[in-house]
Amino acid sequence: MLGTVNAGSNYMQPVLDPLVAAPLGDHLLAEARFDFREFYSQNGNTGPYYSTFFKSTQLLQLDYIANPKLTLVVGRFLTPFNTYNERLSALWIQNFQDAPIVFSLGTRTTGSSDGLMLRGNAYASDKVEINYTTYFSASTKIDQFQAARAAGDRIDVYFPGTRVEVGTSYARFLQSTRYNTFGAHFYWLPWRSPLQVRSEYAHGPGAQGYWIETSYRLSQFKGRDSLVGRIEPLFRMQQSFRNRPFSGDGVPGVDVKQADFGLDYHLPHEVRFNSSYSRKFAGSGNANIWDMSLTYRFLFPAWRGKKS
Amino acid sequence: MNTIVRNLTLAALALGSLAALAQSTKTPQPAPTPQSAPTPAAAKLSDPGERAFQVNCSRCHNAPEQLNPRITGTVVRHMRVRANLSAADERAILRFFNP
Repeated sequence: MLGTVNAGSNYMQPVLDPLVAAPLGDHLLAEARFDFREFYSQNGNTGPYYSTFFKSTQLLQLDYIANPKLTLVVGRFLTPFNTYNERLSALWIQNFQDAPIVFSLGTRTTGSSDGLMLRGNAYASDKVEINYTTYFSASTKIDQFQAARAAGDRIDVYFPGTRVEVGTSYARFLQSTRYNTFGAHFYWLPWRSPLQVRSEYAHGPGAQGYWIETSYRLSQFKGRDSLVGRIEPLFRMQQSFRNRPFSGDGVPGVDVKQADFGLDYHLPHEVRFNSSYSRKFAGSGNANIWDMSLTYRFLFPAWRGKKS
Repeated sequence: MNTIVRNLTLAALALGSLAALAQSTKTPQPAPTPQSAPTPAAAKLSDPGERAFQVNCSRCHNAPEQLNPRITGTVVRHMRVRANLSAADERAILRFFNP
């Protein structure tokens, strides 16, 4: 359940995001994730609420684990540009309710791609791991499977000793207008503390920007499951820059600077309460954004399987 | 571009402060469960499954509080693809969830 007050306008969204995964033998996995939401918005700041129903297929893919270093994915998958879309956007993972401003750079048009992806762990040792992902997407205009014709890759290097990850992404948009988008990300999750630092930078033909997010769960006060240990303060700084007019990249038409202050609470039984306040500074006008959400994640076997 | 440089510098300073905070933090009490917080000794965890979980999975999310043994294999297979887990890490994490 998501609630937002953005510059005085109220929105509410009950959301259901089912994920289905079915292993088929030792090498195959079929996966699907959908998004159903009713979007309630107010007519003005005091008027009645109206709602619109949205549904989308975020992924519908078949994974073939060819060997320890290569997995082939066919179907509809989350576009692997930077990390937010693939790794942090799920409702039960995201720290802030709102995606970063530059999230759409590199993931246009829908955040999902229809085609083929190769990915895997190219090298792994105690000191360093190297992962790769490369994909090609065809243009699709079918309602639930809309995607752009594009190709791209991501390479990330992870150092387990320090829990530092760095990576770069590249996407080539191959439709009527062809252009490149570049990205980079940096993660740091020190062993010594529950501090987590994640950041991304993206550069498209018409805009660029970055976000850096820090979180610090207070688990060192009597453990993660204590009253205080379930609290997780957050901070995110983000900026976007409009380099030149460019329609369709999803980034605001003016430079935006935004500071997000969040406070999440991890309740028992996979229930999570997220809240945040954001102050947006933009040439088109400054605004306050308040977000609150309550998420419940649950897992269950869809049919009788065998114990692993 | 000056704005970018100025703000990236501020971000770097903030990161430096966080680094100092992280390094000065005292050792937390480890718990041998998937929910345990990362510890200084995590890099030398005796359980390879817990180490694999801390190294890979917890970069993005917490562990589920409970996993039905009948779906653990499916969940870990899903994460093998999503997180580019090596085959060894997949086996280790599977054993960690279902000792």
